[in-house]
Amino acid sequence: MLFTSYRFLAFLLVLFVLYYVIPKKTQWMLLLVASYVFYAFAGWEYFIFMGITTLSTYGAGLLIDRNHSRQKAYLAEHKAELSKEEKKAYKEKQKNKRFAIMVVCLVLNFGILAVLKYTNFMIANINGVLEMTGSDKVLAFQDLILPLGISFYTFQSMGYLIDIHRGKYGAQKNVLKFALFVSFFPQLIQGPISRYDDLEKGLFGQHAFDWHTVSFGLQRILWGYFKKLVIADRMLIGVNAIIGDTESFTGFYVFLGMLFYALQLYADFTGGIDITIGIAQVLGIKMQENFNRPYFSKGIKEYWRRWHISLGAWFTDYLFYPISVCKPMLKVSKWSRKLLGEQVGKRVPVYAASIAVWFVTGIWHGAAWNFIVWGLGNCFFIMLSQECEPLYEKFHNRFAVKEKMWFKAFQIGRTFLLMSSLRMLDCYRDVPMTFRMFGSMFTDWNIGEVLSTGIWNLGLGLHDYIVLLIGIVILLTVSLVGRRGSVRDKIASKPMWVSMAVFGGMFIAVILFGAYGMGYDASQFIYNQF
Amino acid sequence: MKEKKNVRGKIFATVAIGLVLIIVILGLLQRLVMPKYMGEVKEGALIGEYYDENKDFDVVFIGDCEVYENFVPAVLWENYGINSYIRGSAQQLIWQSYYLAEETLTYETPDVIVFNVLALQYNEPQKEAYNRMTIDGMRWSPSKVGSIQASMMEDENFIEYVFPLLRYHDRWSALEKEDFTYLFGAEKVGHNGYYMQVGIEPVEYIPEGRRLGDYSFGDNAWSYMDKMVALCEEKGVELVLIKAPSLYPEWYDEWDVQVEEYAAEHNLKYINFLECTEEIGLDYSTDTYDAGLHLNLYGAVKLTDYFGEYLVTECGLEDRRREEALAAEWEVKLERFYEQKEELEALEEEK
Repeated sequence: MLFTSYRFLAFLLVLFVLYYVIPKKTQWMLLLVASYVFYAFAGWEYFIFMGITTLSTYGAGLLIDRNHSRQKAYLAEHKAELSKEEKKAYKEKQKNKRFAIMVVCLVLNFGILAVLKYTNFMIANINGVLEMTGSDKVLAFQDLILPLGISFYTFQSMGYLIDIHRGKYGAQKNVLKFALFVSFFPQLIQGPISRYDDLEKGLFGQHAFDWHTVSFGLQRILWGYFKKLVIADRMLIGVNAIIGDTESFTGFYVFLGMLFYALQLYADFTGGIDITIGIAQVLGIKMQENFNRPYFSKGIKEYWRRWHISLGAWFTDYLFYPISVCKPMLKVSKWSRKLLGEQVGKRVPVYAASIAVWFVTGIWHGAAWNFIVWGLGNCFFIMLSQECEPLYEKFHNRFAVKEKMWFKAFQIGRTFLLMSSLRMLDCYRDVPMTFRMFGSMFTDWNIGEVLSTGIWNLGLGLHDYIVLLIGIVILLTVSLVGRRGSVRDKIASKPMWVSMAVFGGMFIAVILFGAYGMGYDASQFIYNQF
Repeated sequence: MKEKKNVRGKIFATVAIGLVLIIVILGLLQRLVMPKYMGEVKEGALIGEYYDENKDFDVVFIGDCEVYENFVPAVLWENYGINSYIRGSAQQLIWQSYYLAEETLTYETPDVIVFNVLALQYNEPQKEAYNRMTIDGMRWSPSKVGSIQASMMEDENFIEYVFPLLRYHDRWSALEKEDFTYLFGAEKVGHNGYYMQVGIEPVEYIPEGRRLGDYSFGDNAWSYMDKMVALCEEKGVELVLIKAPSLYPEWYDEWDVQVEEYAAEHNLKYINFLECTEEIGLDYSTDTYDAGLHLNLYGAVKLTDYFGEYLVTECGLEDRRREEALAAEWEVKLERFYEQKEELEALEEEK
């Protein structure tokens, strides 16, 4: 069920009405039923995989939690009898048990994800190697299904399990409630990847109808549809035209395609997240923000703190830190400091962990070398930027431009172009093609042709460009105004008719200018495929 | 407390006024972007014109372009005193014809329903644009709902028929003068459902029909034929099956045999006009405006006159020209009919 389908809107309408009509203590059950109905539209066979993740994580969480409690009780009970060493040995033994349970569950779930998502990628690589070695053998590709939202719900569930293991909070005892946490439909297909302790209260609490919350939620949903249907899906036409014909569309076309894609992806992904958060808000559930005006970032590191925040935080908490402080890495750290000196040596474990994280981030986005190179590319620029810090410092000591408006604009523009360039790897079919097209921006000087006639060959007419331009201006304005507090709060503080005019106008704009229906391919959100 | 109530009242009033305004704007936009069928493609306007009529017809033709281009109700009135109407639209599929017949019979009970059998060749929906031409003009009724459900293509949505703005929203960028001119009402296109064409394009070549693997009409098409027969039986209306004398698309002998057998089995009258073109006096060098696909006014007059005789002798229809009110109504209609004929002929001469 596409977020942009009439069926989904009808589904939401029924859900919203039922949610506030039924007894409050049963609201979470309705959400579970709704989430499963939503998931069933994707395919019944997917339930097997979601079921495995739900039950295995629930079971493992309970076992770990019980072990925690048992350990605590045992130590309390035998406080006087046990020596310090015995206590330590006991704790170590229990810790190992918990660790083993967690690892089994992680291997099972990440194993499923890896098999379903990466088997054919591995086969393609093995076939490539076989071909290079002159072998006639070719491995057959497997016909595997990729359950809807598997990356998102697996990461969310595994985050929960690791938190239980760390003793951050207790396990959920009710399997159905846990099933809701895993399957909560708004976030299922493109995140955000929520933390259990963030969602728990909202998901299982009792919510009375509150006009302010519901209307704000509806406004957020509408804003999401505006971004998705008016901007992203119209921009998609131009993007597809440019990346679909690599022979004709080179040089400045590529640059244009790069800008188009950057805007499309932003409008598409943030639009989807707005719809997700808006739906949750209508249901009285607060979800974490996943974006914080990333295109206003002045550096790549800052950008990644503001783009897909929940994914970045997941990797930091559950991958970067564990790798950085694991025993082998501490040994590496010690060794590198000894060998390379304190200054350089201390960076080795950090950089090693960064490379691992960015490799996984890349491959999480897709089973292709494009994404791996994209991930490692991000890593390279982050490291480069860190290495250049002393140079920047010298520069800023010499020239007092740091606080100048134009310099900030330059930093923002630079970061935007850098991130957009890297993201070209999403667009073209493979890495060499991406580099070829990137190179053509500097070799094929066809800017005149593109701006005079070329832009009319991209499937977009004058009316499309006008709609896009106005849409982008609105997007930019909302972003700028949003820096100083919630835009919806600002609108709500004005007389009621202002709200009605703004959101009524937006509703009409979505209906009239949205790229949907006959003549447009029903477009999935880009992040669904991840 | 009173103040709080006042504030609530104000909020409620603002929201209510705002919602009404939004609905009005959307309603206007819907009218604006919906095709008016007043330009080159006028056929889409025909179906909706029926509702302005007094609905006391003796004969109602149901079918595709082979009825609205080939039969002239004005001739039936002038020559035989038969009050008739054509409920036809481009590529009208058999289930659409059935639902139009069903709807018609909720307004009136004519003596005869004439159905053109060419539509039996289609067993499933064909093209969204044609669906729209037939269905958009219908008023909301269970028949319209049935017609939509039976006609929708895979990528169509029922809600887009309920709110056509959702279907046509993208026309905002292709609006023409006629969209504004006819925002609140269109000009009448048909003459009791007849779409007048006076051009002449003689038949020079008849494309040969391609051989088919299976000449049997589909089950779905037959099921609606059965429904139409049952409906007419139930309402006491005589159903007459016809095949208009269009030279192509090909009307295969194998198809004709099936219709003949069906008609015989259900005791229905069936006339294949292709078999009596000489008797009718059709001259395909002067009586068609598109080289044999449809008749022009001159051919349609001959065919209608021939069929009028048949309706009188075989179906026992009576002359109603002495009914004053009806005669007065027709006087106005005929005036418009001949006026347009003159206009179109003058335009043709200019060409």
